[in-house]
Amino acid sequence: MELNNFLKKRKIPLAWLLLTRQPLRILVAIAGIAFAGILMFMQLGFRDGLFDASVTVHKLFDADLVLISPRSKSSISMSGFPRRRLIQAMAHKDVIGTTAVNWNFLLWRNPENLSTRSILALGFEPSKPLLIESNFERKADTLKNKGRVLFDDLSRDEFGPISAWFKEGRLVETEVAGKRVRVSGIVSLGPSFGADGNLITSSETYLQLSPGNPKGSIEIGLVRLKKGSDIENVVRSLNLSLPSDVKVMSLKSFIDFEKNYWKSSTSIGFIFTLGAAMGFVVGCVIVYQILYSDVSDHLPEYATLMAMGYNLKSLLGVVAREGLILSVMGYIPAYVSGQALYALVRSSTKLPVEMSFSRALTIFCLILFMCMGSALAAMKKLADADPAEIF
Amino acid sequence: MNNINNNTLDIVSLNHWYGHGEMRRHVLQSVSMEISPGEVVLLTGPSGCGKTTLLTLIGALRKVQDGDLKVLGKQLFGASRKTRQKLRKNIGMIFQGHNLLRCLTAEQNVQMGADLLNGFSYKARRAQSREWLRTVGLEDHLSKLPHDLSGGQKQRVAIARALAARPKLLLADEPTSALDSSTGREIVDLLKKLASEQSCSVLMVTHDPRILDVADRLLRMEDGQILPSV
Ligand SMILES: Nc1ncnc2c1ncn2[C@@H]1O[C@H](COP(=O)(O)OP(=O)(O)OP(=O)(O)O)[C@@H](O)[C@H]1O
Ligand SMILES: [Mg+2]
Repeated sequence: MELNNFLKKRKIPLAWLLLTRQPLRILVAIAGIAFAGILMFMQLGFRDGLFDASVTVHKLFDADLVLISPRSKSSISMSGFPRRRLIQAMAHKDVIGTTAVNWNFLLWRNPENLSTRSILALGFEPSKPLLIESNFERKADTLKNKGRVLFDDLSRDEFGPISAWFKEGRLVETEVAGKRVRVSGIVSLGPSFGADGNLITSSETYLQLSPGNPKGSIEIGLVRLKKGSDIENVVRSLNLSLPSDVKVMSLKSFIDFEKNYWKSSTSIGFIFTLGAAMGFVVGCVIVYQILYSDVSDHLPEYATLMAMGYNLKSLLGVVAREGLILSVMGYIPAYVSGQALYALVRSSTKLPVEMSFSRALTIFCLILFMCMGSALAAMKKLADADPAEIF
Repeated sequence: MNNINNNTLDIVSLNHWYGHGEMRRHVLQSVSMEISPGEVVLLTGPSGCGKTTLLTLIGALRKVQDGDLKVLGKQLFGASRKTRQKLRKNIGMIFQGHNLLRCLTAEQNVQMGADLLNGFSYKARRAQSREWLRTVGLEDHLSKLPHDLSGGQKQRVAIARALAARPKLLLADEPTSALDSSTGREIVDLLKKLASEQSCSVLMVTHDPRILDVADRLLRMEDGQILPSV
């Protein structure tokens, strides 16, 4: 019914024809908008991807609460605290289990070309839960032997073709911190800006690999609570009862704590947001230029239409529709290229850069705003169309 | 006579000035005239005597400064922008240049005129536009851009566009000046024929002495004044 009415009432699609009869101009406009869109997709994608990547491991922890040292600032600078605190935490009636985790960077030797690279190593007691991952318990079991490690197959390629070799059934051995280790399993965690790769091992092996680690000191304590416990309440009472050399927080605030470090203590967020803003400004300038020269070129024709009895509003509508058409036609290639570039970034940096719906929508809104704003500015020129001047 | 007349155009002592202060020029001096429905009136006069100015005032393209100007029963002295814009829908205009929209085909150009009509479906308006182009003899050039049409053909499209909005008054400012004489003659004959079929009044400014005979009435203008007819 609505559609029928529209089909009946529709008029010559002037905005569309004005644009499409000037293929060069519309191509420049689309290229400009798409460029701006791609820039925004990349910058915001990197920014969000970085923030998400900084917590790839955090998100997998099998824990309700996390204990860290108050001196820890982020995953790349974790300080230790006494492991005893976890035993003290067990005294709380809602706590049903804990896991002590060592967390530090060690040098990994690529077994293929023998170069070394810093890798994030996690040490824990293999009999206790660590990650929420299918089959993790079975893999953790293999760590009960000394000198065994689980390797993260999402680590960057520079660490060597570990998972490929492992899946072929080869015996994969290499050196970590100068000591011999054997890969006994593969996990999927993902690298972050801080860590190019991850490995998991038992506390025992970990201490062998990093003998300088103070005795009884850990970087992260995972705490699991009874089903249905009030997390905030337990956090509060543990923070009161435990000494001040340890800080208790929920897993969610631990994740936010890490993200906030990257957001506030580094200029990464600012830089990428600025990059996106630059794209936006460049896009605005291009669209404004295009629409302004389009209106100027067609001024006598707009004046003719006014002389024929078209009101100013309908002519402003033509310019607005030109903006709308440009925004859609520029967004589509930007979206497609964004998808392609994200895939490229994922495969080359292994960063979890995804086309999220909210970002896709945000950028569409930005492009729409860019085009409509420029159209609005270009409309000022329409005021120069004086029908009295055309005779 | 009855106070309520139904003349297409009624002008009583219309004055118009251009510029301000020292530069102020009195271009229309107490012009009075009228056009009855269906009448074809030609306006001639030397260059700069104010013909185009008069036409733009009648066409509601300019604000009336002084005097009575009634077009299709609407007083234009003191009329708002909105009133003038609405009135323009009922006045067809044909310009010296064709003033077609370059990016539209002949058919689409004519439909820009037809689109001003309310109450017709898109298809009906398109059919009317084609019919108008057929009437002006351009049925083979429906989808050509103005760029690909000759001067005479363009002016025919312009006539079709003006008439497609079914105006009650048609204003034409030297519609033949860009055309050679025989084409000009054809265009003017066509204009007159179509206008009279629609019982549409015509006011045409021309310098072309060869087309004066199409007029029902001839007005001469000099120095901003209409000379008494002889
Ligand atoms: N916008 C304007 N501002 C100031 N003066 C103007 C303007 N338009 C026209 N004039 C002047 O007003 C006078 C009348 O001009 P108009 O265009 O009405 O003459 P015209 O009879 O149409 O002449 P032509 O036959 O050459 O077209 C001229 O002297 C012209 O210079
Ligand atoms: Mg003139």
